[in-house]
Amino acid sequence: MNIVVLIKQVPDTWSARTLADSDHTLDRASADVVLDEINERAVEEALKIKEADGGEVTVVTMGPQRAADAVRKALSMGADKAVHLSDEGLHGSCAVQTAKALATVIGTLGDVDLIIAGNEATDGTVGAIAAMVADVLGLPDLTHARKVTVEGRTVTVERETDDAITVLRADLPAVISVNEKINEPRYPSFKGIMAAKKKPVATLSLADAGIERIAVGLATATSTVIESTPRPPRLAGQVVTDEGDGAAKLAEYLIGQKLI
Amino acid sequence: MLSEEHAALRATVEEFARKEVAPVIADLYEHDTFPYALVAKMGAMGLFGLPFPEEYGGMGGDYFALCLALEELARVDSSVAITLEDSVSLGAMPIFRYGTGEQKQRWLPELCTGQRLGAFGLTEPGGGSDAGATRTTARCEGDEWVINGSKAFITNSGTDVTSVVTVTAITGVSGGRKEISTIMVPAGHPGFTVSANYSKVGWRCSDTRGLFFDDCRVPLSNLLGERGRGYAQFLAILDEGRIAIAALGVGLAQGCIDECVSYAQQRHAFGHAIGSYQAIQFKIADMETRAHAARLTYYHAAERMLRGEPFKKEAAIAKLVSSNAAMDNARDATQVFGGYGFMNEYPVARFYRDAKVLEIGEGTSEVQRILIARHLGVG
Ligand SMILES: Cc1cc2nc3c(=O)[nH]c(=O)nc-3n(C[C@H](O)[C@H](O)[C@H](O)COP(=O)(O)OP(=O)(O)OC[C@H]3O[C@@H](n4cnc5c(N)ncnc54)[C@H](O)[C@@H]3O)c2cc1C
Ligand SMILES: Cc1cc2nc3c(=O)[nH]c(=O)nc-3n(C[C@H](O)[C@H](O)[C@H](O)COP(=O)(O)OP(=O)(O)OC[C@H]3O[C@@H](n4cnc5c(N)ncnc54)[C@H](O)[C@@H]3O)c2cc1C
Repeated sequence: MNIVVLIKQVPDTWSARTLADSDHTLDRASADVVLDEINERAVEEALKIKEADGGEVTVVTMGPQRAADAVRKALSMGADKAVHLSDEGLHGSCAVQTAKALATVIGTLGDVDLIIAGNEATDGTVGAIAAMVADVLGLPDLTHARKVTVEGRTVTVERETDDAITVLRADLPAVISVNEKINEPRYPSFKGIMAAKKKPVATLSLADAGIERIAVGLATATSTVIESTPRPPRLAGQVVTDEGDGAAKLAEYLIGQKLI
Repeated sequence: MLSEEHAALRATVEEFARKEVAPVIADLYEHDTFPYALVAKMGAMGLFGLPFPEEYGGMGGDYFALCLALEELARVDSSVAITLEDSVSLGAMPIFRYGTGEQKQRWLPELCTGQRLGAFGLTEPGGGSDAGATRTTARCEGDEWVINGSKAFITNSGTDVTSVVTVTAITGVSGGRKEISTIMVPAGHPGFTVSANYSKVGWRCSDTRGLFFDDCRVPLSNLLGERGRGYAQFLAILDEGRIAIAALGVGLAQGCIDECVSYAQQRHAFGHAIGSYQAIQFKIADMETRAHAARLTYYHAAERMLRGEPFKKEAAIAKLVSSNAAMDNARDATQVFGGYGFMNEYPVARFYRDAKVLEIGEGTSEVQRILIARHLGVG
């Protein structure tokens, strides 16, 4: 089994996150950054499949230089090697460009059986990269998996949405995206941390990856952010004083909020 | 400066403590519950094998790595930290240092996983500081040791997953002096019983019990290290352990700062955040100063130890400075929190309760001063 995991470094949800004033792209430089938790789960799932069936886990990321830390963490967890696409020219790339670039990188990796992504990144929250990558590569696409089983050359997932749980099956190679119920990611051990230092990491520029400069970046993005307003601060809660009619008032409030 | 790997380990344990320990510890503490699930998770990430070689199931790291992990855990909670410290540096380490190949193969792999815990019984009801006053005896009968006596305040000795307790006992008299040896007693062995968990002021989630030996018979091969070398062995083990306890104290001192920095900005009095008052600023600045200075003392002691240089005095200084820092910071942090600081549900209250024992366990502060003075040739 050759498994590729798409990982992304994102601003820590615990830290303040802002958009740059100049071009409305995410201000990645000033935030504390971490390997997206959903991608830790994607890596964990790949490792579980590898531990059961053997094979190799390659992590692929597109992101600035410091995304190397996220790569290192995935390798410490137990992934075998990494490809890091990093180039100034990628700044401001949209989801479509990102998917095409990732697909190109995956194309350089030889025979790949399974590609695992998170269902949605905590920063961009586009929630479509897995589907787009599958489309570009012409592979089946099984998204929002809360459970994944690989048997022989087929992969089966339980796909979970608000409405239903659907069971999907496809032949390998395939692309899957996982949700937050898929597993509990392991913490890297010290042994893993030390081993990660010796694992191969290929850092590619656009030219190295054979991606045309014009195909990526803010200038040719299929969509651009033209305006942004920070979310207004949370309002103080509404206090309901119980004067015998507390329950009715609460129900009224919840109905008003369309919660019941 | 930390090496890249040590820094990555520190960050990993910091994340673990924040995400896994912090959300559940207050409730466990309130109910005096041993943190089995957390210990299992710590085991899964390899913390119990940190300073041991891979051939015994260890992580191939060093003692400093263990100290960094302890600091980060204690920043959130000391009970889980002491459970790790005790199992690794008092339970497994003597076996690693003094055990035969067979003893190491038998005990270390399971201790390194954290699925089983180790303990070390030195202190007796009649005395801890004066370890030479040991009264527990082990007499040689055929191919067995027959152990009689009791121990007090032994950490990790009675959990459901305790595997072995190494105890000190008098095995004879040579040259008019008591001969003290260390012997391994498996948990649940006939003739070996433990008391109920003590009700403690702090470390409420850790397991601490009295041990009783009533004609407890173990094979002669359970002797750890040389017969009659028990005293020297545990003195060496305690020297290392002091660096680990110092790391734990620094973690607690740092946890106090973490809590106060955010609280001082949120809490208002007389129309301003309390952090705008110099009295509070100075308290927090002093806390930071103590934690920083204490951290350097344990880094230094660990560095000497790993370089193979003498570190007895440095370890004693690290423990003394760090336990003082922990006590002072806990007192100040509680003050910064006002009435809330006296409420058990607040982490600083837990820190306050947990700090005191750092001046007592693994050598009291007086004992550290005795060691330092002795090193200087005084007394
Ligand atoms: C503030 C902001 C505004 C944006 N505005 C737009 C916009 O207007 N239009 C637009 O098209 N895009 C926009 N983007 C998207 C941005 O370019 C995304 O980072 C990128 O397109 C991927 O989207 P996502 O991370 O949300 O993908 P998702 O589909 O949410 O990510 C799912 C999974 O795909 C994988 N993945 C995603 N990105 C990478 C990567 N770089 N390397 C490796 N794996 C990856 C990961 O496994 C991830 O868990 C915006 C992003 C931000 C932060
Ligand atoms: C929570 C907890 C966990 C523990 N875990 C373990 C464990 O796992 N294994 C283990 O073996 N022990 C353990 N201990 C015991 C601990 O190491 C002892 O309590 C400690 O060494 C002090 O011994 P003592 O209690 O007998 O005090 P004593 O030795 O009776 O001392 C009483 C006081 O006299 C002072 N004093 C003693 N001698 C001198 C002197 N010469 N000069 C000046 N002052 C002196 C001491 O500093 C102290 O203040 C634990 C204790 C606690 C509280």
